Amino acid sequence: MSIKVIKDKCTGCMICTRVCPFAAIKVIEKLAVIDLDKCTICGACKEVCNFAAIDIQKNPKKTQDIEKYKGVWIFAEQKRGNIQSISYELLGKATELAQKLGVEVSCMLLGHNITDKAQELISRGADNVYVVDSPELEHFLDEPYSKILINLIRKYRPEIVLCGASAIGRALVSRVAVNIHAGLTADCTELDIDETEKILLQTRPAFGGNIMATIISKNHRPQMATVRHKVFKEAEVDPSRTGKVIIENFDKSFFKSRTKMLDVIEEVTSMINIAEADIIVSGGRAMKGPENFAILEELAKVLGGAVGASRAAVDSDWMPYSHQVGQTGKTVCPKMYIACGISGQIQHLVGMSSSDIIIAINRDASAPIFQVADYGIVGDLFEIVPLLTKKFKEALNK
Amino acid sequence: MNIIVCIKQVPDTTQVKIDPKTNTLIREGVESIINPFDMYAIEEGVRLKEKFGGKVIAITMGPPQAEAALREAISLGCDDGILVSDRAFAGSDTLATSYTLAMAVKKIETFDIIICGKQASDGDTAQVGPGIAAHLNIPQVTYVKHIKEADEEAITVERMTEEGSEILRSPLPCLITVVKEINEPRIPSLKGKMKAKKAELTCWKAIDIDCDDERLGLNGSPTQVVRIFTPPPRAQGEILEGDPQETTSKLVEMLKDSIQ
Repeated sequence: MSIKVIKDKCTGCMICTRVCPFAAIKVIEKLAVIDLDKCTICGACKEVCNFAAIDIQKNPKKTQDIEKYKGVWIFAEQKRGNIQSISYELLGKATELAQKLGVEVSCMLLGHNITDKAQELISRGADNVYVVDSPELEHFLDEPYSKILINLIRKYRPEIVLCGASAIGRALVSRVAVNIHAGLTADCTELDIDETEKILLQTRPAFGGNIMATIISKNHRPQMATVRHKVFKEAEVDPSRTGKVIIENFDKSFFKSRTKMLDVIEEVTSMINIAEADIIVSGGRAMKGPENFAILEELAKVLGGAVGASRAAVDSDWMPYSHQVGQTGKTVCPKMYIACGISGQIQHLVGMSSSDIIIAINRDASAPIFQVADYGIVGDLFEIVPLLTKKFKEALNK
Repeated sequence: MNIIVCIKQVPDTTQVKIDPKTNTLIREGVESIINPFDMYAIEEGVRLKEKFGGKVIAITMGPPQAEAALREAISLGCDDGILVSDRAFAGSDTLATSYTLAMAVKKIETFDIIICGKQASDGDTAQVGPGIAAHLNIPQVTYVKHIKEADEEAITVERMTEEGSEILRSPLPCLITVVKEINEPRIPSLKGKMKAKKAELTCWKAIDIDCDDERLGLNGSPTQVVRIFTPPPRAQGEILEGDPQETTSKLVEMLKDSIQ
């Protein structure tokens, strides 16, 4: 690989000096000069140059210098300054992977007034937390967040980068992976290290969970993957753990976003996010109307869970779309899924069949939902559900 | 307003089975459909055109038979269809796919908005939409459930999040991915079907879209599948019938330790 500045094209505009993660470019007499001792030929400068003044020659077929990439990194998702539980789930897995590789675990934490949250990540297993704290990062925006991640990854070269398969995570790392030409595997349900090759084995469901596929990115670094909610156990808290907090400062140009956030609307509901729920009580067509979801909410409350819905219930406007489980809704994998009055069409099953325990309540003993259920009660849900609420309340001393 | 809708032809997931002996997909007899989320992308594109004028181009990357998906898109109101198809694309992962589609979009010259479905039902990755935006270096908004305002310069949209939604405004050109809540797709009209039958589709090969061969297909795909297997079947469950008092007591007894 070689890099050079084409003198005739360079205007000395300084854009490249600002994006270089290694501070390897200086503009001297209106011409960019690259310090080859510092430069790693990461390509950040070439990408932003408006005058095509930077030329990088690649040696044919030479892949990245894989040996130089070390460490397991996660993107620590935060909302309103609170670290999301998916980040702790990622830390649990990251620690396990890092042990097998004999490397450190690091987090990228972006937001506003979040620096003091770094300790929470350290107590859950992070050795290093790279913090970018700025008012512009208060809310997630695709462009600044991805620009910062790209820069940090280029600078520190982790071998693995994990991120939650959340609305934010999926949008963010797709953009990042393209820019750094990394392999990215979506929605993994299992991650492991191949002991001989020291590479990441990424297993995920495909075709609506009908098959599982194990995927590798052998010749590219970092190896990137998103992970579904509730698949891995949260890392345990150890308040005595110590780690490094590294504050990363960025030029203002990194915080610019063409897309502007105008408003944030929180849904007015007591019901929690179904993707993050440990227990989901879901209702289908047999709920008969929106008012009847109250009995599911009561059961969910006793169990500490959330309320979901089938497509039929959402299409009838009984429940908001954000609660829909299934092919055109959300894929969930809670510890317990209680399907009430849901017949179990395949489009629904693909969204919940990886739940740990499935319970079905339905009048029709031949409903397909019973074929995937671990436990089932054949009967009238309007009779069964309130009884379950009452009895769980007693059994759980609530 | 010039709109590009990226669609994918997928096997009808509800029919896919796996051969337990060979561990390969049984594709025989499985119908191909337009990815369900892309139906909302098509509809939204056509609605924008109806409001602002202009044109909707449907584009797909896939084998020659993906032509059927483009014809269906035209029957639903798209004006043109572009099939990006070449043996060189075989084995593309999401990086190579988004690169190829981005290069095809570049060839279309002028566009204001690219609309994709949130994800495809066969891969479920949700990576190709943002990937195209990244290759083109244009803004993106994923999980759009409502277009509140649009004009020649910018678009204001509502993005679905886990807790509710966000209102975002993005200058054009930009790329959005849409969820089901955004609209209710129409049924093709008879006139639309006739038009689709006669439509002349554009077909581009690798050589037509000015791309770097190293970045296509298997060569351009960092990820590779090393193993495919069927998830272990669930054990036969315990189904309780009879008196509700008894069945519910039994169930609570069996489950109470799994809670907390």
